Amino acid sequence: MSFLGLFRKKDPGPPPASKADRGLLIFENTSEVIRAEKALKAAGLPVTVVGPPPEVRKGCDLAVEYPLIEGLNILRLLDDSGTPPLDAIPVTGPLLTPVSLFQVKDFGGHLMVRAANMKLTVEKGTRVIVNVSGGGCPDVPYLAARLIGLRLDEAPSPREIGHTLCGYALGLAFEEMRRRCSPS
Amino acid sequence: MLAVVGTIPDPSVPVVEGQALYSDHGITVSGLHIPADRGTPALLGAACVACAVLGLPAPYAFLVGDEGRGHGSRELYRHMVAVLPGQSLSTLAFHYLQPDVMWHDKVLFAMEAMRPRPKLIADAGFMYAAKMSGQAAAYDLFTPDAGELAFLADEAAPHPFYTRGFILHDDNRVPDLIRRAYAAENAAACLLVKGGTDHVADATGVLYTVDGPSEEAMEAMGGTGDTLTGTAAALVEAGHPVPEAGRLAARVNRLAGRLARPDPGSRISEIIARIPQALTQALAEEAP
Repeated sequence: MSFLGLFRKKDPGPPPASKADRGLLIFENTSEVIRAEKALKAAGLPVTVVGPPPEVRKGCDLAVEYPLIEGLNILRLLDDSGTPPLDAIPVTGPLLTPVSLFQVKDFGGHLMVRAANMKLTVEKGTRVIVNVSGGGCPDVPYLAARLIGLRLDEAPSPREIGHTLCGYALGLAFEEMRRRCSPS
Repeated sequence: MLAVVGTIPDPSVPVVEGQALYSDHGITVSGLHIPADRGTPALLGAACVACAVLGLPAPYAFLVGDEGRGHGSRELYRHMVAVLPGQSLSTLAFHYLQPDVMWHDKVLFAMEAMRPRPKLIADAGFMYAAKMSGQAAAYDLFTPDAGELAFLADEAAPHPFYTRGFILHDDNRVPDLIRRAYAAENAAACLLVKGGTDHVADATGVLYTVDGPSEEAMEAMGGTGDTLTGTAAALVEAGHPVPEAGRLAARVNRLAGRLARPDPGSRISEIIARIPQALTQALAEEAP
């Protein structure tokens, strides 16, 4: 390195990443936190144990930080391992809750339900899923391929086979569609 | 050259790159054959046929398999950081990728170092990551739908799944949400908002609306937003100013829909097949 090179500014690289894509899993007690961390790490998921922010008014004084987008996959893993959390919340918005508002559009022969960014459409006469649209996570095309062409009562729930928050939102649209199309 | 970056829903597919060749049977990239049925392949299909009409080389594709676990997306992010500095690309369109702020920031940092700096387009998961990272303003074009616009407008939401109800509500009109997204610096320089009426906007407000021809069924079809983004990317690559490219792409997508006469169960390949005729017609309408 030249003499002047010693004084040259080092390339700073990208700034530190925001924590907007991280979530927190809240548990009743620290034993559950330890069990959950072990189960998730064994599945190859990048999780760490942290202290929850003061706005969180339930659970113990430890929480598991996880990749927020992969929430659906992670909650299913924890359910399967017998360690479901009390809550799963975004790090940057601990008081935010999942979308609960549905938009419904009747095309005559078809019905479409939208939950957040995900839309599911069925043919009313047969209750066959004819289209899935919206979303941005990579499981959306996978879920579309698995669901399209199946009747609502024979299709797997996106909550069972999806992995991301888009999959979760599609699962909500799917459940709302089932509710609306069920014989009353 | 235009490049498209995204995923396909087969986790066994490693990172592949190469020029995308489109035919009636789908897309071929470096020997990998993919149906252009939805998601990034639909965007790529539209970009291919639009580039052909515009006399441009076929788009270059960077693809990986990912069914939602994120492994493939992270491999592709790593690949892009490694190869982008040596690439000569004038337009980059990022699409279905697992939103990951750390990797988004690394890719953006690599793109900012490219000379000349390419036009940057983001849709789907990569747009979510751009918003989450607080770097939305670094992009030239975002192409959200109504649900995604509400997410951009909600400064607190880290993903559309957490968009607050009072913002998501139907009573909120698109121009209000656009204003809110720009006020929170969560929008690209230009927004092309897909919907019953398409809106093209920048920080000053709505520049254009496009509402005809109207095929209502397109809202329910998977891939119609992807073809719109792919067509817009091709038009940006052809040198159209970004807002003009957005307006023209919206018109092309609608004309293609009118020509295809879809129902809510139609496949996106029916729209892609009509884009060349629609683009030719739209360009003729623009001629003085």
